Amino acid sequence: MTTPLLRVEDLRVTFALRSPGDLPWTKPRLLRAVSGVDFEILPGETLGIVGESGSGKSTLARALIQLVPATGKAIWQGKTDLLKLSPREMMAYRSDIQMVFQDPLASLNPRMTVGQIIAEPLRTHRSDLSRDEVRKRVKLSMDRVGLLPNQINRYPHEFSGGQAQRIGIARALIVEPKLLICDEPVSALDVSIQAQVINLLDELQRDLGLSMIFIAHDLSVVKHISDRVMVLYLGREMETAGSKALYADPQHPYTQALLSAVPIPDPVAERAKVMIPLDGELPSPINPPSGCVFRTRCPRAAPKCAQEVPVLTKGAHGVACHYPGPLVTAGKATERA
Amino acid sequence: MALLDVKDLSVTFATPEGTVNAVNGVTFALDKGETLGIVGESGSGKSQLSFAIMGLLAKNGTATGSVIFDGKEILNAPPKVIGPIRAMKIAMIFQDPMTSLNPYMRVADQMAEVLTHHKGMAKAEAVTEAVRMLDAVKIPDAKGRVHLYPHEFSGGMRQRVMIAMSLLGRPELLIADEPTTALDVTVQAQIMKLLSELQRDFGMATILITHDLGVVAGFCEDVLVLYGGQVMEKSPVEPLFQMPAHPYSKGLLKAIPRVDQEGDELDSIPGSPPNMTNAPKGCPFAPRCDYVRDDCRERLNPLTQFAPDRWRACNRTLEEIA
Repeated sequence: MTTPLLRVEDLRVTFALRSPGDLPWTKPRLLRAVSGVDFEILPGETLGIVGESGSGKSTLARALIQLVPATGKAIWQGKTDLLKLSPREMMAYRSDIQMVFQDPLASLNPRMTVGQIIAEPLRTHRSDLSRDEVRKRVKLSMDRVGLLPNQINRYPHEFSGGQAQRIGIARALIVEPKLLICDEPVSALDVSIQAQVINLLDELQRDLGLSMIFIAHDLSVVKHISDRVMVLYLGREMETAGSKALYADPQHPYTQALLSAVPIPDPVAERAKVMIPLDGELPSPINPPSGCVFRTRCPRAAPKCAQEVPVLTKGAHGVACHYPGPLVTAGKATERA
Repeated sequence: MALLDVKDLSVTFATPEGTVNAVNGVTFALDKGETLGIVGESGSGKSQLSFAIMGLLAKNGTATGSVIFDGKEILNAPPKVIGPIRAMKIAMIFQDPMTSLNPYMRVADQMAEVLTHHKGMAKAEAVTEAVRMLDAVKIPDAKGRVHLYPHEFSGGMRQRVMIAMSLLGRPELLIADEPTTALDVTVQAQIMKLLSELQRDFGMATILITHDLGVVAGFCEDVLVLYGGQVMEKSPVEPLFQMPAHPYSKGLLKAIPRVDQEGDELDSIPGSPPNMTNAPKGCPFAPRCDYVRDDCRERLNPLTQFAPDRWRACNRTLEEIA
């Protein structure tokens, strides 16, 4: 069996919140952004992470590279626990894990040229390289993401959103990372450009043998690029499965609802599809519902759901639900309850 | 007679970098109770089109052409004419509900203001009406929450407040400019369902402006596909999706990732949307089009009818792009 590139066990991120006017000895309220997530990424594999805003998907990614403090384990290549490393020790691993952010323009320094932006990770991680070598690698990286070498002296504002995202990807790739974390890389882009960037990431992933974590709020985007997909809700894993299995045979009512909410660009199919309405919105993570966190919006919720926290089942298709199963109509669900 | 009749509407902006041609000769009509989707990417002019109709263009913007609403010319109409129409007959909701609500005013006051100012209602009566409208958009405990500030609502709830507010005047036309873009898919589904229910109950005509063809498929009867400020294709919704008649609509449909179909590679449209400051001559889509020929860079055929209710603007014939 291959050693997973990254194995995450019981990852938890908790923020202590203090309101203005709290006395020093008042206990802070705890916001559990991520509570107990486990997953593995094999070399060359893409893991999609999907959830609504507030589900903890970005926090999870940030925790892996110590941008927010977390507890639990994140074992890199079967040896090092990334979460236990000091900032100095972590430096050595930072070039192995690179990140691409949502807002392409906001993540590029407006006062630096494209060449400087893309070269910056090399200046930090490979200060031994000569100037010519850096320039050579920058051009190579630009070429790989479809930017023209003569654009090297331009500034970010001269680029459109899709091209700016290519700059962000070129910057991430220049240190030859093993894991690329893409945090909603296409949600700020136009549809026609989205497809370009998704195809580019897919191609790079195949050519360079990268592992990738692809975060999105939209199940349709993740489908095309992921080998496996994990569905998060309020910081907990609801369902994890191979991409094909998750879309063809979703077991968790939340996944089913999420899938049914994606509009289908086909009037006949869109108007005929079974909608699973989700009422209301994500509950507050400061005061999450007891038992299963999804029960307040779940069409299948039963008394048991309020008392026991469902455990994610082991195996290739994991589901955290007391009443998993294929899509049933509301009537049947009540019977079962 | 159509409720809204837009003829040859163009919008230009004078900027230090030159003239921006945001909208170029758009023509369409909308009957009472109809739903029209206007689809386009950023820079297609879809928002400026609606701002021009509402008389909300920025100071450096100029609109030409004609917009007839209910038999009256409203394009560039003086505030005295457009004001009452804007308040009561045509309502608009925007993408970001937080920036379109006043953060310093309680929801009750903002909503009541519409009625006290335009209908001369008493404050108490106006607040009662506001609560009734909040109920209609399914805000739980409307009576208690009407006195909250906008920041105390979640994104989806704020958009509901906006919708309730726009319905206070019982408009005949609602213009929704990307109403769900800032929201989660699950909330988007709720809001779109609400909008179609309200549209049915109130019988108002609706223009839905969006970049999402999926939303259009579920909501609209007719669709206008805009690119570079020009109408590329105009069609009832079903045939457009079954047999798009313009290379751009074709490309756009293929570029959308779908949850209901298998397939690995997405077909993307190469290049990026045009910069309207130096708009290319001829067809704006020519630089990205698979079927481009030399004449496309010089001129573009006007919008021509090729089937019942269907129009297209393309130099190539249907067979050529099939």
